[in-house]
Amino acid sequence: MTNRDAILAAVRQKQPASCALPKVPLFDTDLPPTRAAFIAALGKMGGVWLEGAGLADDFDSVIRNRFPSAKNICSAVPEAEGTCRIESIDDPRQLDGVDIGVVRAGFAVAETGSVWLSEVQYSVNALGYLPQHLVVLLDPADIVPNLHHAYQRREFFTARYAVLMTGPSATADIEGVLIRGAQGIRSLTVLELPRSSND
Amino acid sequence: MSKVDHVKASRSFIKDEPHIQFHDKRLWQIRSLRDQQAHGIPEWEQLRELASRIKEHTLSNLADYLEEFERKAIANGVVVHWAANAAEHNRIVHQLLSERGVDTLVKSKSMLTEECEMRPYLEARGIAVIETDLGERIQQLDDEMPSHIVIPAVHKLAKDVAEVFADTIGTDRSNDDPHYLAEGMRQDTRPYFLKSTAAGMTGCNFAVAETGSVVVCTNEGNADLSANVPSLHIASIGIEKLIPRLEHLPVFIRMLSRSAIGSPITQYTSHFSAPKDGGELHYVLVDNGRSERLAMDDFWYSLKCIRCGACMNTCPVYRRSGGLSYGGVYAGPIGAIINPTFDLKKYSALPFASTLNGSCSNVCPVKINIHEQIYKWRQIVVEQGQVSFIKKEAMKLAGKVLGDPKRYRQLSEGAKTIGGLPRAFLYNPFNAWGKQRELPAAPKQTFHEWYAQNRNKDDQPEGKA
Repeated sequence: MTNRDAILAAVRQKQPASCALPKVPLFDTDLPPTRAAFIAALGKMGGVWLEGAGLADDFDSVIRNRFPSAKNICSAVPEAEGTCRIESIDDPRQLDGVDIGVVRAGFAVAETGSVWLSEVQYSVNALGYLPQHLVVLLDPADIVPNLHHAYQRREFFTARYAVLMTGPSATADIEGVLIRGAQGIRSLTVLELPRSSND
Repeated sequence: MSKVDHVKASRSFIKDEPHIQFHDKRLWQIRSLRDQQAHGIPEWEQLRELASRIKEHTLSNLADYLEEFERKAIANGVVVHWAANAAEHNRIVHQLLSERGVDTLVKSKSMLTEECEMRPYLEARGIAVIETDLGERIQQLDDEMPSHIVIPAVHKLAKDVAEVFADTIGTDRSNDDPHYLAEGMRQDTRPYFLKSTAAGMTGCNFAVAETGSVVVCTNEGNADLSANVPSLHIASIGIEKLIPRLEHLPVFIRMLSRSAIGSPITQYTSHFSAPKDGGELHYVLVDNGRSERLAMDDFWYSLKCIRCGACMNTCPVYRRSGGLSYGGVYAGPIGAIINPTFDLKKYSALPFASTLNGSCSNVCPVKINIHEQIYKWRQIVVEQGQVSFIKKEAMKLAGKVLGDPKRYRQLSEGAKTIGGLPRAFLYNPFNAWGKQRELPAAPKQTFHEWYAQNRNKDDQPEGKA
């Protein structure tokens, strides 16, 4: 018998009598408006909310204004050019020298202040982790109320890799002192920007 | 293996006042943050009930869910391996690495790989293992076990970390600013992620049968770096991590970090379902005693554990003895019920490291009856004669006193005089109960004396009038 079959046989023999599977409600009555709740939750988790930009704006300038000393900006969105395009990256390690990554969230979750990203948005997944800072574009129409709604989204069933990112990389492992920028990005900026109609 | 003596092992931790003060306060602070989060969600108790029932359903149908998980994963292009025990797990991982010429493994925290003692196994075979979670890295560099399942170095002060890092990664010994130390670790770790001969490893918080996905929760983003930068990603998965469908996942995600550290969600909740372009994804499903535990009528509920650490933070014994004193991979109340399933003799002292106050069960997000299991383990330990001579004799004496009203009365009346004893007699190194606490003043009379006195004022006891 292979390992697999032996383990499965042991489990089958030893598992207790079957218990029923409960139904999970969506817990979505009386929830606050999604945009305001998202902004509040994001702030609590250390993310920065930027609003007031319009489709006609020059996003490269918006990003430069927020990070004046940034030299390398890698963009995965059509709205910003950056200094390099994600399409030009063929090895994730090349993203190590990047100061700012730019990507658009697939959707976001109001309850926790999370943005949802997958290989579809990133192209190269390391874009969310190796750069020093990340700017995420978000259409406020893409915010779902809570995690129960989030896990109903079709994208979750098709993504090879998906993350709910909630603020920058953080640790409180030394004496409980909160540090932003542990191993991954030092800051997360969410820039409110509706999708252009042909998106 | 020698028996773990929890009382003796905790002594060195207890004798250092600044450490134990900080440890106690820090963990209680986290417990308070957890309460704030829990009270902020009206359906909290409903979520706990759901989580408990989803886990019980999955564990009682585990074989089918494991097959479904494997089938979906294979369809997604994942290679699935099965390991009956720690040795097989380590052998499988080593083979995957050595076949691909890997010499460096960057990994996120995994209690399972601790349980398998994978690090020394791989290091003996020439593979450098780099823990990329800050707390876990501190413990690795100090050659210690994690003392807490979520905050591995919570028993250390910044000055201890400064010493460890000065000796190992060359930071300035005199600088114990946590920001400086964390930055030092970041700078030291980054090149390992980028090595062309590196592979990545993560553990698994939840494995979703419906989609064949592994879900990993971190705050540092180190799992995402480990899995997304090197081309090979190996995920080690305990077979009890299964849940049926994606719709069940939010029940757990909503409670995990709230219970663990009092934040609504971990900064990164990452879902791995298929290999990235040009990469490989391997799952190693590990039994290592779990199927045996499934057969234990009283104890299989411990397999519901989602490793949040809430029971540790709330436990007065854990907070004041430190995780290392439990001498096993799992410390605190959950360690007291899991470790004995691996080796009853070695861990027979752990079920006694509890006051049975039940707080652990009350904060557990999956409603494991931890304190009841601790009590049951005590009975087994006693039945199997694993109790020390002193404890046995003390229990015999207590049994005699508590079972005999006359003796009990003599002793409780005599207790009034204890407060009159010289301080040095009460607060000395031989009396653990006299540490960090003052004996409350004994009342002038016992309840029995008071009752005898006051009862005489009434003609009849109640109910007989």
